Amino acid sequence: MPFTPATNRRLVTAALVGPASIWLFVFLVLPFIAIIVFAFGERAPEGGYQAAFTFAQFANLGSRAAAFKNTLILAPIGAFACLLVAYPVAYYLAVKASAKYRLLLVSLVVVPFWTSLLVRTYAWMYILGARGIPHLLEMVGIEDVRLLNTPGAVLLGIVYGYLPLMIMPIYVSLEKLDRRLLEASADLGARPLSTFFGITLPLSLPGVMTGIALVTILLLGEYLIPQLLGGGKVFFIGNALVDLFLQSRNWPFGSAIAVTLVVVVVIVLLIAMRIAWRVAGTRQVDLV
Amino acid sequence: MRALVTAVYLFLYTPIALVVLFSFNAGRNASDFTGFSTQWYGRAIANTFLMEALQNSLTIAFTSAGLAAIFGTMAAIGMERLGARARAVFDGLFAAAIVVPGVVIGIATLVALVEVFGFVNPLIAAVWPGEQAPKLSLGYGSIIAAHGLFTMALVTMIVKARIASLGRDIVEASSDLYATPFTTFRQIVLPQILPSILAGFLLAFTFSFDDFIIAFFVAGSNTTLPIYVFASIRRGVTPEINAIATMVLVASLGLILIARFLMREKTTN
Repeated sequence: MPFTPATNRRLVTAALVGPASIWLFVFLVLPFIAIIVFAFGERAPEGGYQAAFTFAQFANLGSRAAAFKNTLILAPIGAFACLLVAYPVAYYLAVKASAKYRLLLVSLVVVPFWTSLLVRTYAWMYILGARGIPHLLEMVGIEDVRLLNTPGAVLLGIVYGYLPLMIMPIYVSLEKLDRRLLEASADLGARPLSTFFGITLPLSLPGVMTGIALVTILLLGEYLIPQLLGGGKVFFIGNALVDLFLQSRNWPFGSAIAVTLVVVVVIVLLIAMRIAWRVAGTRQVDLV
Repeated sequence: MRALVTAVYLFLYTPIALVVLFSFNAGRNASDFTGFSTQWYGRAIANTFLMEALQNSLTIAFTSAGLAAIFGTMAAIGMERLGARARAVFDGLFAAAIVVPGVVIGIATLVALVEVFGFVNPLIAAVWPGEQAPKLSLGYGSIIAAHGLFTMALVTMIVKARIASLGRDIVEASSDLYATPFTTFRQIVLPQILPSILAGFLLAFTFSFDDFIIAFFVAGSNTTLPIYVFASIRRGVTPEINAIATMVLVASLGLILIARFLMREKTTN
């Protein structure tokens, strides 16, 4: 009897997870193997890939040092700047805001994250561009201010684009905070500030860590913000990759950079998980 | 504190408001508001390149989100029945699909597909009976495939969370009352997870519809709306782009509000 209940059950399970497994294998695992193979190859004379086994592409990573430097400096700085702006907002939403408006206020924070980053970033292009804020400054007599195409503009774009992603995990961890602890602290004569540093802040650290990790990891692969607000002067790894694949068609070198980027992402992720486990608590983030 | 929070909300919404405001500008200039007009919406709709890009984006988002909703839900249900090790592999792969930067997903898909096409196309040409053998190339299919990867991961995560919070007792009661597994699924489980499947679909749709970077790599000669907008921005911002951008914003906003509404249901009942 081939169709016992046990084999039947297995067949159903296989049928259920089958399409997703095939998809994951064909469009995630295989492409990954492909870029690893490409990373050890050579650029064909007319562009593209030529089979080889060489470490030359990895040895050449230094030629894109500027992109790596910008990314590895601006991604954590951007995440930290996000944190500075996000924390007070998350605190206000979780602790101070009246229950009646809380849901509305939280939704208003999340909604921009789910709308087009392209559109939201390009809006800054013309707020910061020559006919935007610099134009207004000119009218009050401050001349020659250049805001667009600077590292500052990229940082602003980063804070703007990723702020909701930082606010949410911090809000979630602050919302779970037991109010009785705060009352107890106040009853025992602690000042608001020492209650904050002694209780609230430490208990919100898991959320802070999640936020920093999420934003940093996403920023490592960022393309649009440096492209639109940095004007090709503040190059990120993402911009280098687009350049190598779509303009100079140096696929093996691009693959080596892509592989390196994934390694960096994994390292950041592992460090973040390490710290998250140390500060304990949840790693659950509710983005929707 | 209140002032600070208000300032942050202004920071979040001012750029969006400006885009919307200037889409109604009468003049051509992107920074002097010279009067109210809807002419740029008319021009946007009359622009055939733009409408084609919009149509492409809608088709791609609808197909990839649809496939993601079906296969993602199936995977979420199937994973419940898997052993711990197999489930961990799935969890890891789905997490990878979300964590790996879009730029890398785009590149990897491009590289792998070009290799596969290079291998398969001569084979097709060899066995094709007619003159013009069909050639596989980048386009709709590759964008849908690459989008389907992370949208499926998204749907699976959302549906899995809902299944985890389902009461086991009602499922057991159903089988105690001699319902077949399929009847139990159709009458007990499906109605309860349907809102989260729909929410997953809508979020997947929005993600696919808004994605620029993955499509940029694998679109081939096809254009999606974000690719069109990106190209137009480089030619200089005009009120027409603001009109397009406003339409994109309104569309994704609408879908998000519906998705959030569907997901809220899970906490209320």
